[in-house]
This record gives sequence, structure tokens and C-alpha cells, in this order.
Amino acid sequence: MEIIRNFPAAAILLCLFAGIVSSGLKPKAAKWLNHALIVVEMALNLCTLYYTAVTGEAFVYVMGKFPAPWGNEIRAGVLEALLALFVCGVMLLSLLGGEKELEEKVEENKLFLYYVLADHLLCSLLALIYTNDLFTAYVFVEINTISACGLIMIRQTGRTIEAAVRYMIMSLLGSGLLLMGLCMLYDLTGHLLMSNIQESVARLHASGMYGVPLTVTIGLMTVGLAIKSALFPFHTWVPDAYGYSTASSAAILSSLVSKGYIFLLIKIIYRVIGFEVFHDTKIVNVLFLFGLAGMIFGSLSAIKENNIRRMIAFSSVAQIGYIYMGIGMGTQAGMVAAIFHIFSHAAAKALLFVACMGITGASGGSVKFQDLTGAAYRNKLAGAAFTAGSLSMVGLPLFSGFISKLLFAQAAVQNQGKMLPALVVLAVSTILNAVYFMKTVIRIYTPEQSPYEGITWKNQKLLTVSCVLLTVLNLHLGCLSQSWENLIMKGLGMFA
Amino acid sequence: MNRREKEKRKEKSEKEEKKSSRFESWLDGDRDIYDGNMELRPQKEYEPSPYLLRRQENERKKMEERVNDVARNKEYRVFKRAYRVLAVVFCLSFIALLVLAVSWLPPVGQAGNPDNNEVSARYIEEGLQETGSVNIVTGMILTYRAFDTFGETNVLFIATCCVMVMLMLDEAVLKKQETDNDRKYEPKNDAILQGMAFILCPVIFIFGIYVILGGHLGPGGGFSGGAVIGAGLILYVIAFGFKKTQRFFNEAVYKTAKITSLVMYGLIGSYFYITGANGIENHIPLGLPGHILSGGIILPINICVGIEVACTMYAFYALFRRGGL
Repeated sequence: MEIIRNFPAAAILLCLFAGIVSSGLKPKAAKWLNHALIVVEMALNLCTLYYTAVTGEAFVYVMGKFPAPWGNEIRAGVLEALLALFVCGVMLLSLLGGEKELEEKVEENKLFLYYVLADHLLCSLLALIYTNDLFTAYVFVEINTISACGLIMIRQTGRTIEAAVRYMIMSLLGSGLLLMGLCMLYDLTGHLLMSNIQESVARLHASGMYGVPLTVTIGLMTVGLAIKSALFPFHTWVPDAYGYSTASSAAILSSLVSKGYIFLLIKIIYRVIGFEVFHDTKIVNVLFLFGLAGMIFGSLSAIKENNIRRMIAFSSVAQIGYIYMGIGMGTQAGMVAAIFHIFSHAAAKALLFVACMGITGASGGSVKFQDLTGAAYRNKLAGAAFTAGSLSMVGLPLFSGFISKLLFAQAAVQNQGKMLPALVVLAVSTILNAVYFMKTVIRIYTPEQSPYEGITWKNQKLLTVSCVLLTVLNLHLGCLSQSWENLIMKGLGMFA
Repeated sequence: MNRREKEKRKEKSEKEEKKSSRFESWLDGDRDIYDGNMELRPQKEYEPSPYLLRRQENERKKMEERVNDVARNKEYRVFKRAYRVLAVVFCLSFIALLVLAVSWLPPVGQAGNPDNNEVSARYIEEGLQETGSVNIVTGMILTYRAFDTFGETNVLFIATCCVMVMLMLDEAVLKKQETDNDRKYEPKNDAILQGMAFILCPVIFIFGIYVILGGHLGPGGGFSGGAVIGAGLILYVIAFGFKKTQRFFNEAVYKTAKITSLVMYGLIGSYFYITGANGIENHIPLGLPGHILSGGIILPINICVGIEVACTMYAFYALFRRGGL
């Protein structure tokens, strides 16, 4: 059993090795290495999840022979292992779903780079999830930013390059703010390791010393990560980045990359600053407000959009708003809802992007709404999968979106001060969601004579597998939510 | 026998005469040293193609139409003004906020500061003993915080991959542009540049290797030494062109060097992490501090990092210059 303690570190290192080796391989070999790697990663993370769930406590793994606070550490609990497993699964399905498109739209001499970038992206996500050291987190935030940028612009059109530049600027601004906060935090506490910082911060907070810089530091780190995860006023890079890149890239970016940063923020709240101290700074209220604004304005922009990919991208902005609203409630229940929504949104958004590729593929590659009429009849499977994803997003019972909305509502009811705005905005946002998603579903199910040829499932086997599995994942999250909730609660308990 | 010697002597004197006469003619100003050594071409006057002219004209017209569109123009003007004002106000308030926060931070250099704690104390006091490295900074980044540094090296790797995504051209296109790249944009066979590079490149390479190998003994290490070697490679390319560089540093060599060094680094690192974490004895000897073969994993890691950084520097230059290695 003890050997399982090596697995999280092995998972991170294996990704790095795979990425490095892939840079010398042919595209096909790089692809197989990447898929094999993700399967191995899933096994490793599953073992870690099982181990932490059985022992009931998180464990710390020292990277090297020097223990904290001198050396690097990673730490694995139930929540970390669960999220890591989930990230690997969704990544594999997104890559499988978009594989055909990749081969068509990426130049052949650059295709192997896609898998190099994907390997490193996965590595950085795992490191962000498992890290117990703020500076390690920063290093892997850098890897994450650069490889995400590469994933956007690997399909070389003018729009993707513009989107990548936009993404790079906004994302580096976020990294810069995070780094500034990190430096100030080091100046105030003298540590980089999360648990040591938490002790020092608790001491500083109790004695009231350095109150101003501590608040500014927390603000800088929160805003930095909010920019990187596209919270409402900082979302301007989202529509282009998700709208014009390949389907796999869009699915990975929206469902995993932004979630990695949010998880890092949650980790910082619990394990670096401390939940109480964070709550006392009132930054939660700011997050709450921006979350609410995002829920409304993201959906309004989505309704105006005439490009299905950009519409889904704007819907991401709204969903990120939900997550920040949950964090902003400042209660345990709100946090559980936010974390559940991380899972639920990742599953649904990946499904939507992959299915959207099937739909546009049956409409001559056009993303304009007028060309999509009747697309669900030309590509029956993708149409059904898109409908399932939309229903999940809107929040129909049996689908994952319903459970997260229910949890948000429950959390709001328990929170006196924020109940009314949260419930009202939740209701309005749900209606807006329904408006633009049902509009799309009705359009793709409107029969029409069309010049485009239909696609059967035999011509898109990988897409079929990906769509079916992602739909099953959505239904699983929706129907058996209790076990997921229990794991999340258990994991949050291990954070303290 | 005798005749042959005489002939040889004759040839020699002729040659000397030639050299000295060449010098004299140069002194007199009869001869230009660039003649035959360097390609000199007058710059062509710029002539825009009719297509481009037409396009520019169209764009100008369109622009004028939009500028004269009062409704839109007004909105745009208001937006632009508000944007400028708000940006300035925002930046100023952000700067003020940061200055305020920094002024509240603990003053620099005080003994009682929070960052003067057991962490830095152990690095300074026991670093030499525990890492075997005289240079504390190298000892700290490559053994205490080895994982971070491995991540940092991978940042360089992934950055090269990103630049490749952006700029790498197809083989066929590269072949077509080969002559352009070696002739059009850079001086070909520049005598002064080549002479200087001939002297400087070996010195730069040797200095880079010295910086890498001495990383655990003094200031230096893989990152700085690799940058020096990379600069040397770039100088070589500028002076002698890609064709000559590719004889010893082409894409295959680049890939092998980069992948081998990174994988070696990863293997050494993994061995260090896994043995350390599981409490297994580490079989890499620390050696005697101050000797070249000391410092445990630091020296091999520095070499790997050096190769990787040199490759990255050169790859950036080559990709930006011609879109391939």
C-alpha cells in the first residue's frame, strides 16, 4: 500500500517525460503515447483516490530528501485525487472526440506538437491540483499558460492568432498579479509552503500586524486567478479563444484549464490564507458580486451571438460566474456547490464542444446559425449529444446541471445576507440559459432540405465514443450525485 | 635539383611581392578590400505593386467613409476619450494601492523580519554540507527545490514548442527560401564579421562550458552558461550562414541533444525525488566541496540544463529568422 504514495508524483513526472519524448516522435506515435499516458494516469489517480478514501487522511510526499519547509512537497487528499482522475478522463474524451478535426485542420508537420502541448498541459494541471507549495504552483501556472496558448494557435488562421495573443496578454497579466501577491506573501511570512504560510498568516491575523499588505496580497492573488479563469469583467479573451480554436482545444481550455486555476484559488483559500481569514477580508463579497454579474452578462452575450461556438464560449463565462458565486457565499455549503459545479460544468462543456463539432461538420463546417437548421437529422448522434449537454447546462433533472443548481440554491438559503440576490439571479440566469440553448436545440431539430450531406456514426467512431461517454458522465453526475458530494465533503475536510 | 630549388625560390618571391604589392595598393587607395570578399549591392528603390496601391486606396476610402459617419464617429470618440481617462485613472489608483501596500511591508534588511527564519538559516548554514555545493544559490535551486527547477526547465521547452507552432515552416517552403535567407536579409561573407566570429566563437563556447561546469563552485550554472553558448551559436550563424552551421547543428542534432538532456535531467531528478521521499539511500556521492567532481546531482543537472538552454536560445533565433532549424 505504501507504494501508492509515490503515485501522484509519478503521475506528474510521467506527463513531463511523455511530453519531452513526444517532441521527437512522429504524429501518430505521439498520439498513441499521449492516449496511453492518459490511461496510465487515470489508473494512478484512481489508486490514489482509493488509498486516500480508505485511509481517510491526506498524505504529504516530499520531492527529494529535504522535508518542508526547505524542500518541495506535494500533497494528495480525496478531492485532489478525484479532480485529477476527472481531469484525465475529460481530457482523453476531448482529445478522442476532436481527433479527426485535428488531422484535418492542423498542419501535418505540427501535429506532433499538439500532443506535446497536451501532455505538458495535463502535467501542469495535475501539478496545480496536487501541489503543496505556492512557488511550484506558480511554475506550473506558467507551463499551463504557455501550452494553452499553443493549443489555441495550432490551428493557424488569423482569428486564432489574434485570440492567442489576447489570451497571452490577459493570462500573463493574471500570472503577474499572482506572482506579485506571492512575493508579498513571502515577505510577510517567510515561507512558500502552504501549511507553513497558513500558520504564519493565522498568527499575523490574530495579532493584527501587517493588515493592509495582507489584504492587498489576498486581493492580488484572487484577482490574478480570476483573470486567468475568465471571471466576468476579465472574460474578453474567452469568445475568440474558445470560438476559433479546434474543438479539442476549446473543450480542454473551457472545461479543464480554467477549472485548474479555480481549484488553485480554492486551495489558496483553504490551505494558504485560511477560510476564516479569507472570509474576514470581505473579498468573498466582491467575488460574489462579480459572479452574479457574470451569470447575467455572460448569458446575455450568448443570446446575442450568431456563432454557435462563440455562444458556447459565452455560456462558459456565465458558468464560471456560478462557480465564483458559490465561492463568494463564504460558507461550506457554497464551496461544495462550487466544487460540484466544477465537475458538472467540465463534463457538460466538453460534451457541448465535441458535439458542436459533429453538428457543424454536418453543416459544411459552418458555425452560423442559419446553416445549422436541421443539423440534428444529418448527424443524429451529435444532435442528441448536443441536446443532452444543453439540458445539463439548463439544469434539467437527471442531468448534472440540475444538481449543481440545487446545491447553489440550498447554499443560498442557508446564507442569510446573500439569499435573495443569489436566488433571483440563479432563476434569471437559468431562464437565460434556457433561452439560448433551447433556441439552438430547436433550430437543429427543425427539418429542412439542406445541401449538406449527413454523417452516420460509422464515419465518426471516435466522436461517437466520446459523445456517449461524456453523456454517461453527465447522467452519472446527475443521478448518483450523493456519492460525489460525499467525496467532495470528505476532501474539503482533509483540506484543513 | 638545383633548378627546382631555384624555381621554388622564384615562386616564393613572386608571392611575397604579390602580398606586399597588395598592401601597397591598398595603402595607395587603388584597391578596395571589400572587392571580391563581400557582396555589395545597391538597395533597390521601393516600388509598390499596382495591386497594393489599389488596396491601399480602397482601405483609405473605406476609412474615410467610416470616419465621416457622424453617428458612429461620435460614439467612437466618446468611447475613446472615456477609455483613455479610465485607463489612466485605473492605473494610477492601482499604482497607489501597490505603493501603499509596499510601504506597509516589513522594512528591508531588519533582523526580525519574517523571512529571516529557519528556512534561509538552514540554506546558509548547512547548505554546503548537505548539497556539497560551494555556491549556495545553485545548491538551493538544484537540490532543495529541485522539482521547481525541473518545472522551470520545462517552461523553456514548452516555450520553444509554442514558437514552433507559430513560426515553423514546411520543409518545401524552407528549401525554396534557402537562398533568400542566406543572402537577402543578412550580409553574406562579411570579412570583418567572419574574422571576429572566427576568433570569438571558440572563446565564447569555452567560456560557456566553464560557466556550466563551475556552477556549483562559483557564480554560474546551467541557465547562464547555456545562454552564453546559445549566444555563441547565434553569432556563428550570423557570420557563416545556416548551411555551414547545419554541418554540425541541424534539426536531428538539435532534437537528440534537447530530448537526451531533458530526459537525463528527468531521470536524475526522479531518482533523487523517489529515493529521498521513500527514505532509500541515495547513491550519488557528494564529493569534496570545492572540487570539480562534487555536489552530487548538481553537476550533471547543470550540464543537462546548459544543453537545453543553449538549444532553446538557438532555436528561438533560427525560428524567428527562417522558420526552421
